[in-house]
Amino acid sequence: MPDGNKKLDAKARYSAGVLEYKKMGYWEPDYLPKDTDVIALFRITPQDGVDPIEAAAAVAGESSTATWTVVWTDRLTACEKYRAKAYRVDPTPNNPNEYFAYIAYELDLFEPGSIANLTASIIGNVFGFKPLKALRLEDMRLPVAYVKTFQGPATGIVVERERLNCYGRPLLGATVKPKLGLSGRNYGRVVYEALKGGLDFTKDDENINSQPFMHWRDRFLYCMEAVNRASAATGEVKGTYLNVTAGTMEEMYKRAEFAKELGSVIIMIDLVIGYTAIQSMAKWARDNDMILHLHRAGHGTYTRQKTHGVSFRVIAKWMRLAGVDHIHAGTVVGKLEGDPATTKGYYDICREEQNSVSLETGVFFDQDWASLNKVMPVASGGIHAGQMHQLIHYLGEDVVLQFGGGTIGHPQGIAAGATANRVALEAMVYARNAGRDYLAEGPTILAEAAKTCTPLREALDIWKDVTFDYASTDAPDFVPTTSVS
Amino acid sequence: MRVTQGTFSFLPDFTDQQIHEQVQYCIDNGWAVSIEYTDDPHPRNTYWEMWGHPMFDNPDAAAVVYELNECRKVYGSYYIRIIAFDSSPGWESIRLSFIVNRPSEEPGFKLSRTEIKGRNIQYSITPYSSDKPQGSRYK
Repeated sequence: MPDGNKKLDAKARYSAGVLEYKKMGYWEPDYLPKDTDVIALFRITPQDGVDPIEAAAAVAGESSTATWTVVWTDRLTACEKYRAKAYRVDPTPNNPNEYFAYIAYELDLFEPGSIANLTASIIGNVFGFKPLKALRLEDMRLPVAYVKTFQGPATGIVVERERLNCYGRPLLGATVKPKLGLSGRNYGRVVYEALKGGLDFTKDDENINSQPFMHWRDRFLYCMEAVNRASAATGEVKGTYLNVTAGTMEEMYKRAEFAKELGSVIIMIDLVIGYTAIQSMAKWARDNDMILHLHRAGHGTYTRQKTHGVSFRVIAKWMRLAGVDHIHAGTVVGKLEGDPATTKGYYDICREEQNSVSLETGVFFDQDWASLNKVMPVASGGIHAGQMHQLIHYLGEDVVLQFGGGTIGHPQGIAAGATANRVALEAMVYARNAGRDYLAEGPTILAEAAKTCTPLREALDIWKDVTFDYASTDAPDFVPTTSVS
Repeated sequence: MRVTQGTFSFLPDFTDQQIHEQVQYCIDNGWAVSIEYTDDPHPRNTYWEMWGHPMFDNPDAAAVVYELNECRKVYGSYYIRIIAFDSSPGWESIRLSFIVNRPSEEPGFKLSRTEIKGRNIQYSITPYSSDKPQGSRYK
């Protein structure tokens, strides 16, 4: 190690003036992270001429105790403990100007059970820091001691299935379209037809709140008429995600209470309401037997570009802590961003008891979820019945498959569209369980099922050529042969 | 109407061979398979009657199909379902549940509306068949 990276003795360290961060104690290459440390992995792009190790130390400093100059008041504290420690910097495999910096944080830096507090440090000021061209939070390791300070998902996959009496297959949903402009009465029609036809859920879109064309109480009342009609028509438990997103917490609680009063099994919030509001609604949902759906509205502004922002895998981790039951996590084959390997990483974070390091799916740390409930991922956006074999292959069984256009756009109507999706789904699960190579034989399996289901036949015909095949902007960077320490 | 609870209600009714395949899938996953029956198909009737205990340690789907046919001899006009229980950590719940027998006629459900304050409506769902006492609801 070059001398320039060495720590200084106390006298030199605390003399007034400006010091390099790496000399202030924020670079400790020999540091062995404790089991109770929070670890963050950043992708850093230093400005030209900035040493990557100094950049990593600066990120550690700015996201923990440092300011731009030496302060003597550090010496009144156990400052060695509170300093975040950059302990490893690796060049990224594919981009010479980007580096992976591993930074360990003492658990006492964080308030228990507060995503707001965690994020104020980890993605606070540091993201605007001038010596860096760009900064991305790629992944985090959350120690069990910290995980246990969070409620976690209000309901979880297991209990959600028990409440819905629905096992062994993905759940089916659809977002009501057009997303804006329908009156409450017309909106409920879509809900009724889709649920009666075979879906488990319908969904408000993220920006359906309480607008001049449809105020929220009207929507809730008509939707619950539709849900109950559909339940009586099928003998199944049905639900519609009533979006309670509003301008204030007071208003959101009011809407959630009304949804409960009407007997809804599920409510919905948008990511843009903020971390604290999400935690509050998760607590409310746990207290009121309500499934909590989260629409990740806004995430693309900071998750999509690889060099700057926060990876969605980190958002997924925070949301599992915060306590949502459903989270939109990509479709792989649909219209929205989603590299298959990266998406698998998100799904694993939502659903596994423990995540193991898996660089090929972008998971950099072992993560023990300490019996926190599992989050049901939601696949929504540009998917249709003809992709059923691929959807089950990539996304598995514990997922909500949402076919909005793929239900409502069916030539024979909404109920027929719903039936087509349900038949395709059940036929594929049946074939999988019976041991068929359902991925390779998918189109054949669907064609066989369509012989006794005209709506499926029509769906397969109309959407047979629809794919969204574009290069991903967020594939994992890894070298398959690199050993992982 | 057709009660569409369960994993495969939108497919044509299964033959015993098809039931055997699905049950074997459950057994091969280490799940204990059980048979349950009811004449009350209300969507929130959780506890159907048990045709014996879940068949723990049973390696062969044929034994389940045999028991199903024994159950059908007694409750052939009822709803009968196959349920698979997974005892592994993090689940400890049902992993597959599908209807394997249903009444020849399914009259469906009555939706009752009680108008309460304002525009609120209290909904209640009742199987038409439940007007009759248990045991005499289906032919």
